[in-house]
Amino acid sequence: MRRSPAGSAVKLRAGAGTNRLHPALSALAVGTLVFLYLPLAAVAGMSLNTARFGAAWKGFSLRWYAQLLNNEVVLHAAANTLVLAAVSTAISTVLGTLLAIGLERFPWPRWMRRIVDGVVYVPVVTPDIVFAVGMLLAFEAARQVLGGLRLGMGTMIAAHVTFQISFVALVVGSRLATLGRSVEEAARDLYAGTWHALRRVTLPLIAPGIVSGAMLAFTLSLDDFVISFFTSGPSSVTLPLYIYGSLRRGITPEIHALSTIVFLVTVALVLGLQVLARNPEKE
Amino acid sequence: MNRLLVWYGELATTRKLTSRGLALLAVPLAWIILLLVAPLGAMMAWSAASRSASGDIEWTLSAANFLRLAGFDSFGWTRSYLVILGTTILVSAVTTIVTIALAYPLAFAIARRPPAHRYLWLALIIIPFCTNLVIRTYAWMLLLGSQMPPARLVQWLHFIGPSEALYPSRFAVYIGMVSNSLPFAVLPLYTNVERLDWAIVEASRDLYSGPVRTFMHGILPQTFPGLVTAIILTFIPAMGAFVIPDLLGGGKSWMLGNLIQHQFGVSRDFPFGAAVSLVLTFLTMIGLLVLRRSGDEVSIL
Repeated sequence: MRRSPAGSAVKLRAGAGTNRLHPALSALAVGTLVFLYLPLAAVAGMSLNTARFGAAWKGFSLRWYAQLLNNEVVLHAAANTLVLAAVSTAISTVLGTLLAIGLERFPWPRWMRRIVDGVVYVPVVTPDIVFAVGMLLAFEAARQVLGGLRLGMGTMIAAHVTFQISFVALVVGSRLATLGRSVEEAARDLYAGTWHALRRVTLPLIAPGIVSGAMLAFTLSLDDFVISFFTSGPSSVTLPLYIYGSLRRGITPEIHALSTIVFLVTVALVLGLQVLARNPEKE
Repeated sequence: MNRLLVWYGELATTRKLTSRGLALLAVPLAWIILLLVAPLGAMMAWSAASRSASGDIEWTLSAANFLRLAGFDSFGWTRSYLVILGTTILVSAVTTIVTIALAYPLAFAIARRPPAHRYLWLALIIIPFCTNLVIRTYAWMLLLGSQMPPARLVQWLHFIGPSEALYPSRFAVYIGMVSNSLPFAVLPLYTNVERLDWAIVEASRDLYSGPVRTFMHGILPQTFPGLVTAIILTFIPAMGAFVIPDLLGGGKSWMLGNLIQHQFGVSRDFPFGAAVSLVLTFLTMIGLLVLRRSGDEVSIL
């Protein structure tokens, strides 16, 4: 395409004009952002309100946060949530990484790759309620056939790992795919054995992918309500389950404080891990 | 067949590579098959089972549960379950349309920022979603409560009675659903908008087309893959929603998710619950197939 210099200058100025967003649309965009934050801001605000009932502002206080620290049930639920997230993340990160390496680094026939890829995508695309019901039914069927299986922490961890594997495998797999062959081939040319090449070359190179996969798995586990709701037992109440239950029992300002803490902790976690995951890539 | 080949700089045989690869894949694949494929089979088995009068499960092969969802039960035909099915599709469709309509301006607004600031804005959109769905939904319950400014305003306008809240209502369900799916629509749209070829938009303007035609012919085709992904990521989860209609909607806003939850909770009717879940799976799969055919997706992972 040929253009005269004068023409392109005109174009540039015209371009600057069209690139600007219509003020009404800008306002809509800002409004949408406010819309996303308003409810959370309201919860955070109410958590600092002295009043036990109603929305009227009765003065600033941290008493609901203090009460929370003495609430055994909440502390137990918080511990459950963290154990569930940590254990399921550890298992799924190992399994997901194995799956990604096993799938990406071997000359599998095309049909097999297609099937495994399809299976890996299933938890990503199915609505979580269907996934949760499938888990519950499998556990119930196993209980009826084998007996002895009870819903609780074990079943929750198994269910969480199952959907986390897919996300870890997808993140690590994309990292493996972008890596290319050259570095690993160089290692082989320098007489690295299979195990040595995997441990000293491939794994360090995909470490950022593994970290961000684990981070994603951890947040997904913390974020999950539906799958926990269906696969938990009476002894394995997590924070989201506790909050959901207390909505039925009646809300106390403690719930506002708890929600605010959960929100701040997850945000800090996500931002912190993002920084951690980004650093090795820059080096 | 055992071939010799060079693979990643290693001289190996296919047999050796296969056995090594299978050793890596064995545990994760076994896990996935056991806990992902088996549940699907379990769901089918349960949906064909029936419950005896005493509440025991009988492993039969009947379509009674599906007929019940279609409205046929022992008392004749009712439309209650079909209404729930219709509500599910309607709410999901409206949610998708409103979400996309709000996501486009937001994607453009972010893409218009200086590149250094764009990630900050994207983070601003994602951050509310780092927190739990239950908390986010409860936050709307609090904000739409009877003593809060939004409800006060609507009370003052006499759309609702004094000291009434804005929930449970269909309107509250839409608010919850739209705010829940916004980032999933903004992210894929943004990846397309960021790479938009503005020359085409300018050309359209130069040829005196109005904003609507410019959008339809200049912007829409360029952002189509992102749009398809945005619709998938909004519509499919919306079809399976149950927390939001449960907390923000009343009995009139029941969706398939609520029906399923009810079967596994209060009713303890696992076979019927399995049948409803299977129908929901089937519907979402159809939606996915239709949408995937209409365009390549954008990966947001």
